[in-house]
Amino acid sequence: MNMDEYRGVWVFIEQIEGKVLDVGLELLGAGKELAEKLEVDLCGVLIGNNVKHLANEVFEYGADKVYVIDDPIVDQYRTETYMVAVGDLVRKYKPEIFLYGATANGKDLASAVATEVMTGLTADTTLLDVNVEKRLFEASRPAFGGNIMATILCKKHRPQMATVRPKVMKKQEPETGRTGELIEETISLKEENLRTKVLDIVRDTSKKVNLEDADIIVAAGKGIKDEKGLQMVAGLADVLNGTLGASRDIVEAGLISHDHQVGQTGLTVTPKLYIAIGISGAVQHTVGMENSETIIAINNDPDAAIFNKAHYGIVADAFEIVPILTEEFKKALHVEAEEGDVAHAGEV
Amino acid sequence: MNILVCIKQVPDTKIIKVNPKTNTLDRSSAPAILNPYDAHAVEEAVRLKEVHGGKVTVLSMGPPQAKAAIKKCIEIGADEGYLISDRRFAGADTLATSYALFKAIQKMMNEQGVDLVLCGKHAIDGDTGQTGPGIARRMEIPPLTNVIKVEKVDTVANEIVVHRKIENGYERIQSTLPCLLTVEKEINQVAYSPLPNMLRAARYNPIIWTVDDLDEVDIKQLGLKGSPTIVGKMWPPEKSKGAELIEGDVKKQATEIVALVLSKQELFEVKGGE
Ligand SMILES: Cc1cc2nc3c(=O)[nH]c(=O)nc-3n(C[C@H](O)[C@H](O)[C@H](O)COP(=O)(O)OP(=O)(O)OC[C@H]3O[C@@H](n4cnc5c(N)ncnc54)[C@H](O)[C@@H]3O)c2cc1C
Ligand SMILES: Nc1ncnc2c1ncn2[C@@H]1O[C@H](COP(=O)(O)O)[C@@H](O)[C@H]1O
Repeated sequence: MNMDEYRGVWVFIEQIEGKVLDVGLELLGAGKELAEKLEVDLCGVLIGNNVKHLANEVFEYGADKVYVIDDPIVDQYRTETYMVAVGDLVRKYKPEIFLYGATANGKDLASAVATEVMTGLTADTTLLDVNVEKRLFEASRPAFGGNIMATILCKKHRPQMATVRPKVMKKQEPETGRTGELIEETISLKEENLRTKVLDIVRDTSKKVNLEDADIIVAAGKGIKDEKGLQMVAGLADVLNGTLGASRDIVEAGLISHDHQVGQTGLTVTPKLYIAIGISGAVQHTVGMENSETIIAINNDPDAAIFNKAHYGIVADAFEIVPILTEEFKKALHVEAEEGDVAHAGEV
Repeated sequence: MNILVCIKQVPDTKIIKVNPKTNTLDRSSAPAILNPYDAHAVEEAVRLKEVHGGKVTVLSMGPPQAKAAIKKCIEIGADEGYLISDRRFAGADTLATSYALFKAIQKMMNEQGVDLVLCGKHAIDGDTGQTGPGIARRMEIPPLTNVIKVEKVDTVANEIVVHRKIENGYERIQSTLPCLLTVEKEINQVAYSPLPNMLRAARYNPIIWTVDDLDEVDIKQLGLKGSPTIVGKMWPPEKSKGAELIEGDVKKQATEIVALVLSKQELFEVKGGE
């Protein structure tokens, strides 16, 4: 492999039903920084049916070029078609860095493409940088099990690929009217030769939890022990009109669904107030909440790592303090609510 | 129907502890377990076998201790287990892992057909979820990831319909067989193992293959050498200034938090237009 042939930073622009997902726009922001350091173009990859017009949005968010494959055969995401479409583009245009959003389809596609073009792929990265001199992409993520960050490198293969969780990178302001070069490519597959078919898509419109937009999150960790402890924390969240968050450990224990999970493999959140109860503060958790405006941690272990990230720390037994807190907030908020400037607990 | 399940032994990351002062892992604190998602994959395979007949074989790559994870699969109801174990496999990233597993699968395919391959959604030690699609690509069969339900298997028409979890919903997708599924936890509940399975598992010895047992292996694609990704530097995450501790008895602590939170007026303003 002649690595010098590989130039440019690419971002996979995932779209669903003609709407570009935010994560792609976020990655354009992150990709732009890498592209500027390397002095190369930032390019978007857009695949779908009747999607060409979406390129404008991609240019406005900073892409210099957009590669488009617009064809009925890629109307819906299927690994077997997208993998070939993207694989062909990579072989033809040779990018040096390629970023994907870590959505269900983004992860699926990146894994298949990595094998298709035989290169390295780093999952769920939270920090991106580049060594300009060596043109080496530095994709970092919390490492196995612990409080450690690790940089993953791909020295001898190109492109260097990574998936990035939604909301980890910040979307930049679009520049209205900005344009770039549109490169249209075709796909050679025929429907009758394909082996998979999407029969239908069932959307769950009753999206119950919306952690990402919450102003107040009250999050529970393994320290709350069981269902009863979780109910206790949920009670506090309710009084504050907040949303219930969770560490992976209580999600894995089956106490609460994955939509509540905050962290590297859950959601990244930035509420005004984050109250962590019985959460140890492993880096996989804190990467998902450390940018919250105010963080309050309650933990009975004075050495818990969460106190490094919190603004206010309370060393106490959650089972003692949370019921008191709930009562006090109930009283306080009720009084103020009567004065008319406070939302009632449980409202909305 | 011959079903192959790829399974991995992982340290129980729920238990592994980190020393917050030294930032090092206390590995001895973590017992090795069968990757929880893989247990669901084996369970699904066993259930499909009960309906459609055939055989459930599990395959793992790992050190000799990984035999314990294979025995666990026998408990769940797998018929046979293979472990590929060799120093030359060590240090593999997902690309090299999928290559090694693929080589083993090829060899098994020569001995018996494979109609369906199952993997977990991801292994909890790395959470990458890249191995399954990698294997499928190498086998040139369709990967269907994040499966929450197998709706229909038609062994005559060689077709399968599954539900695949996507952002806020799921899709029903049809594929020809053979194909590869990666499964989510929602797909089933792992049943308690019946006593005969437990007894069989206790006596069971997995078949062990080394690199030399596989056919036409390109050594350069194995293990550390075959892995494009490597770990560069490692560092403890940035510590912020640290929390301001709120001291006193619980009652006093609670009062202070309440006052603190209430002082943030904007938190409790009624939001308009929602
Ligand atoms: C690849 C990978 C990805 C991961 N992704 C995520 C992720 O996205 N999100 C995530 O959260 N984790 C993730 N993890 C797991 C992470 O490493 C930690 O294991 C997890 O966050 C720990 O959860 P916890 O803090 O709830 O539990 P523990 O670490 O068990 O902590 C429990 C805490 O509760 C305290 N406590 C106990 N009793 C009480 C009491 N009565 N009152 C008050 N405090 C009490 C204890 O002192 C302790 O600090 C991931 C791990 C891996 C390997
Ligand atoms: N060493 C291994 N041996 C067998 N199967 C594996 C191995 N590593 C990963 N897998 C399979 O691939 C899935 C995803 O793993 P990962 O890509 O590591 O997240 C697991 O749930 C297993 O089904």
